Amino acid sequence: MATAGLTAFAPSQSGGVTVTMIRMLTLAGLLAAYQAISSSGLVFTGAMPSLWAIGSALLRQLADAGFYAHLGITAYEAGAGILIGGSVGLLCGIALGVSRLLAAVLDPWVRALAPAPKIVFLPILMVVFGIDAGPKIAMAAISAFFPVAVATFGGMRGVSPILIRVVRSFDASLLQLVRLVYLPSIVVPVLGSLRLATGVALIGALLAEVKMSNRGLGYLIIQDYNAFRTAEMYALLISVFTLALAVNAALRAFGRRYGAV
Amino acid sequence: MTRGGSIGSIGLLVAVVAGLEALSRTGRVSAFVMPPPSEILAAIPALVLHEGLGYATWLTFNTTFAATAAALLLGVPAGTLLARRRVLGQAYEPWLEAAFAAPIILLYPLFLIFFGRSLVTVAVMGFVVAVIPVIIKTREGIIGVRPVLHNLALSLHMTPLQSLTKIVLPAALPTIFVGLRLGLIYAMINIVAVEFLVGIGGLGFVVADMYDRYDIPSMYSAVVFVIVLSSLFFLLIERGERWLRPV
Repeated sequence: MATAGLTAFAPSQSGGVTVTMIRMLTLAGLLAAYQAISSSGLVFTGAMPSLWAIGSALLRQLADAGFYAHLGITAYEAGAGILIGGSVGLLCGIALGVSRLLAAVLDPWVRALAPAPKIVFLPILMVVFGIDAGPKIAMAAISAFFPVAVATFGGMRGVSPILIRVVRSFDASLLQLVRLVYLPSIVVPVLGSLRLATGVALIGALLAEVKMSNRGLGYLIIQDYNAFRTAEMYALLISVFTLALAVNAALRAFGRRYGAV
Repeated sequence: MTRGGSIGSIGLLVAVVAGLEALSRTGRVSAFVMPPPSEILAAIPALVLHEGLGYATWLTFNTTFAATAAALLLGVPAGTLLARRRVLGQAYEPWLEAAFAAPIILLYPLFLIFFGRSLVTVAVMGFVVAVIPVIIKTREGIIGVRPVLHNLALSLHMTPLQSLTKIVLPAALPTIFVGLRLGLIYAMINIVAVEFLVGIGGLGFVVADMYDRYDIPSMYSAVVFVIVLSSLFFLLIERGERWLRPV
């Protein structure tokens, strides 16, 4: 056992070193290539500002209190959307899992709409909710609803019928059935879908801000684009991507603690 | 059960549409917020005749197919390389997974700077999101090929190219199809989104245009049209994948 562990460990360790080296080299190569093209004058410098310009724009941005105010707005819109869309999705998934009739009637609609390009709902949401935070939250909620609903329903369907019959034979109520059998078995798929839902909700809120807004990170990005402040725009994109990936990694780690992949 | 279910599904749709119609007709919901569904449906022919909805559909699908084809051309070799050179695969796999989860659509202003306000930008945005699942799934499929098949290629003295084209790729095909399906879906979603946000190209542009003109019934028709069409398209791909899948 110990030797097997050792032999399995030894190559993976040397592999780990080469993997890190490949990543470092790739990053360095990409950055060097970018800087070379940027300073070569082949491309208009406005389109590819130097790494130095982007770096200093990033530092300026991170020192600016206004940036955090806009970040807070986007986080609020996406967060409220996840909360609303996620909980409605959870309830909907549970309802579909408990009732065969509901599942037969609603499941085709949920599955047909799940991959549809939801961005086209935005004009309707703007007509209904105005142009403030409302349509952004609604956009995030619609985006977050589908992954959670589909995963919850999938988890509910995966419950062994034997377990259900056992609990039924003890004369358990529907509430007890949900609490004792269904809820424990949907924890893993729901946590997994939460990561996906957060990602699409964030995109929904940001795109709604890009389309029409005067607040939020999406608004800042499109403002910089319109004013051709490209270094600032690159810096914003770096911040937004870093934040999105950090949230994604945190949710993945959180889900792993409960056995989600 | 399934037949009863589909009758129920359609019944639900009819009930919801009738309810919305009643809400709008009785004035409980202003026609400026939501026109009656009958008017929304009646506006579709005008969209086709006067606003080029047919051309927009053709354009969006063409861009989607072009972007996905490019993603296959580049993604399958890239995925094969990442599967063959294990270390490269280990190095880049987490990056690809991260890119798959990242809000790539937000890069569209960047692509606008490089490619201008043109269909190229739209197609490139579709390509970028489609190529990632194709690479990931190709690598996954090739790594998952059973060792016994590799041994068969060895015992038949196949050249590396022969074993790749005759054994490894066919064996990995079902998984590559998953990547292709994901690529098509992601490409179309992102292409419609960029069209909508930038106001160029096909279906997304029509929706944005109707909103900008504040032609509410036509806007609703365009939205319904896009949603129904894309849902049917994705359903078709799913069926096609199941049909093409070699057992």
